[in-house]
Amino acid sequence: MGGIEERLRGPWLAALAGDGDAYASCLTELAAMLRAYFRRRLTRWPDEVEDLVQETLIAVHNQRHTFDAGQPLTAWVHAIAKYKYVDLVRRRAGRDALHEPLDDDVAAFAASDHEAADAKRDLAKLLATLPDRHRRPIECVKIQGLSVAEAARQTGMSESAVKVGIHRGLKALADLIRRQP
Amino acid sequence: MKTADLIRTLATGAGPVMPREVSQRYATALALGSLGAVAVVVSYLGVNNDLVALSAKPMFWVRLVFAASVAATAFVALARLARPGVPLGRASAAMAVPMLAMWALAAIVLALAEPMMRSMLVLGSTWKTCPLNITLASIPVLVAVLWAIRGLAPTRPVMTGATAGRLAGGIGALVYTLHCPELEAPFLGIWYVLGMAIPSVIGAVLGPKLLRW
Repeated sequence: MGGIEERLRGPWLAALAGDGDAYASCLTELAAMLRAYFRRRLTRWPDEVEDLVQETLIAVHNQRHTFDAGQPLTAWVHAIAKYKYVDLVRRRAGRDALHEPLDDDVAAFAASDHEAADAKRDLAKLLATLPDRHRRPIECVKIQGLSVAEAARQTGMSESAVKVGIHRGLKALADLIRRQP
Repeated sequence: MKTADLIRTLATGAGPVMPREVSQRYATALALGSLGAVAVVVSYLGVNNDLVALSAKPMFWVRLVFAASVAATAFVALARLARPGVPLGRASAAMAVPMLAMWALAAIVLALAEPMMRSMLVLGSTWKTCPLNITLASIPVLVAVLWAIRGLAPTRPVMTGATAGRLAGGIGALVYTLHCPELEAPFLGIWYVLGMAIPSVIGAVLGPKLLRW
């Protein structure tokens, strides 16, 4: 447990400072932790695990400014994971389904699971439903790997509009996921 | 989309996080909300003509400190609630301190007062309007604070909404002192507390609807 916290803390702080490679490797580690965590809890809906991992990763990304450098990263991610898990269970079955006790035990994050199953929900399809001003900047910068300046040239948008479009687009994506049945 | 692709998508061009983003959000919300509260009190209720004379009395300052400490302790708790995985700790007990202190003071004042005077100490001359006026003054703050929290990540929406309402109520009460003629502790302990409780209830009801993410 201390292992994960110590291993991820440095790269995570680097990621928040703008290091994209450190960010990608942190997200990969977190995805493995989340997968193990959800797989143990979603025994009733095993094929939801990968969807919930993806949803939680988007939440981690969208809310990463709420991480306080003074707090443990695992506690922060655990709280987000628990929130997303409770949200999913409520969406699936209403409040009464939440009878399995939710441990507050951050140590539950000790395990990792790198075997990604296929996600049931296709985020690419969901992304395609976003309005152009959100979708095109995300596709250019996030998927084609262009710089913000290049994306601005390609889409004919200003650089700040590209940045705002990505930011709002990922929020909108999180909203779309939440509203799905 | 596979999870590995999603991670690549999220990490590409993510850029650094602005370290001051959260505090700037609060600062903006509190500044705009307080301005709104001042606008409501000054334009709709009016500033008390005896404000200068009132401010010569110690209880005027006790009242200010009371409202300000309700707001300050609520803000500390709110800032913790808005970040995932940060425990409330002593912040929830701290929120009770201003109330308990005012109730203790009110009990002493009532115990020492002539029996005939007690109802006047409790009801003052504005008890009917005070709670709703405080609520009114707190609405702009509540709107602004809920906006700020929507950009953060509260995992306990009812508690977070209630605490946002408490913060709004504290600032609303603080601004309402520009208008309010009442300085007696029993009055403050009942009607001010009620006026700050109403926005808390509104916040608790709105929280689960507005603060999902």
